[in-house]
Amino acid sequence: MTIVNARTIDDALAALAERPDSLLLQGGTDSMVQMNFGRLDPRAVVSLRGIRELREWRALPDGSTFIGSGLPYASMEKGGLAARLPALAEAARTVGSPQIRAAGTLGGNLGTASPAGDGLPVLRALDATVHLRSATSSRDVPVAEFLVGVKRTLRAPGELIVGVTVPPAPGWQGYAKVGVRNAMVIAIASACLARDGSAVRLALGAVAPTVVRCPAAERAAAAMLAGGRRPSRDDAREFGRIASSECSPISDHRSTAAYRTHAVAVVAARLLERSFHG
Amino acid sequence: MAEHYTLRVNGASHDVRDAWLGESLLYVLRERLGLYGTKGACEQGECGSCTVFLDGAAVCSCLVLAASAEGCDVTTIEHIGSDDEPSDVQRAFVEQGGVQCGFCTPGLVMAVHALLDANPSPTRPEIREAISGNLCRCTGYGRIFEAVDAAIRERGA
Repeated sequence: MTIVNARTIDDALAALAERPDSLLLQGGTDSMVQMNFGRLDPRAVVSLRGIRELREWRALPDGSTFIGSGLPYASMEKGGLAARLPALAEAARTVGSPQIRAAGTLGGNLGTASPAGDGLPVLRALDATVHLRSATSSRDVPVAEFLVGVKRTLRAPGELIVGVTVPPAPGWQGYAKVGVRNAMVIAIASACLARDGSAVRLALGAVAPTVVRCPAAERAAAAMLAGGRRPSRDDAREFGRIASSECSPISDHRSTAAYRTHAVAVVAARLLERSFHG
Repeated sequence: MAEHYTLRVNGASHDVRDAWLGESLLYVLRERLGLYGTKGACEQGECGSCTVFLDGAAVCSCLVLAASAEGCDVTTIEHIGSDDEPSDVQRAFVEQGGVQCGFCTPGLVMAVHALLDANPSPTRPEIREAISGNLCRCTGYGRIFEAVDAAIRERGA
């Protein structure tokens, strides 16, 4: 095994150009588990730990927000970024434990592409764009296209996830996650809802091969909320029921498909109601 | 990079030679540097017993590729206190009965130091959240909360 401890994005891209199959290691919260248990034995590693420019976020002039792929979740929980993207702050706070949040990143969530990645429903609901660079090219891909399936993405060998841009999201946004306890939990089901008037965006995590949007539930919400109406309890339940019909959960060691279907209906309904209560 | 790297641990430089580059920081601390205070259990970031400071942030050393920590400052429990001079948090754990088998203690002490350095007067929910990544199977956590409360009182005094 070889390792390159990159200090700049250019360092990392040069190392990737030489060994396009290198494992990109950021916080290590996923890959190191695989390595500790002998399930992953990369021939080449490019460590991104030392790249300061990946650990930054900034407000862009058009109101959107750039988040570097190496910014740890701990930096999303509070402060300026949390004020801009409260749903992301809520999602960040559900990640693992403080130790995990000090290490884990959105770049890792995107690169790993676990269906249960906690940050992914937020990026999907808010229509974020992923920025990819290689030594010779760069491209921007909507999160919706970037995530292809379970642990599968559009990232090509030799490419680095530099960061994401989240467009301005006026209105309310929130996040919810179901697991067996409050901390150290991999989501059984998760959801992010953003609402601007009657325009509702809903993304679900851990209930399909990749994070999914719920176009039918979003259309139903637009009809329910037309003319500035507030949703009744039955409206919210119906919204949740439709959302749960738009996912395809599996049964595994963490939960059953039936429970996941029920759980996403509940959290989707709750988020819609919560969007009216602040 | 050759199969040789340098780690800065507790202010001292250590050369790591002829090691598989895939080793975790936890493994290298214990098995190559002889720093046995940091405990290893789950090796998947769930139990917190391997908590160290990496450039000041409390992290699970089992999830840090040791060779990627070159250039970082690693602080382990050995640097927090000694038998003769325990830290205030360590003393509070002893005095309040927060230590039973002791296996989780180094990780918890690191997590509590990280908490109190960032927030000198945390609420009980903040304390619970701060140690939510550290498993203790002996105490039921009651005495650990009392120890944290005692350390907070002492610092405030």
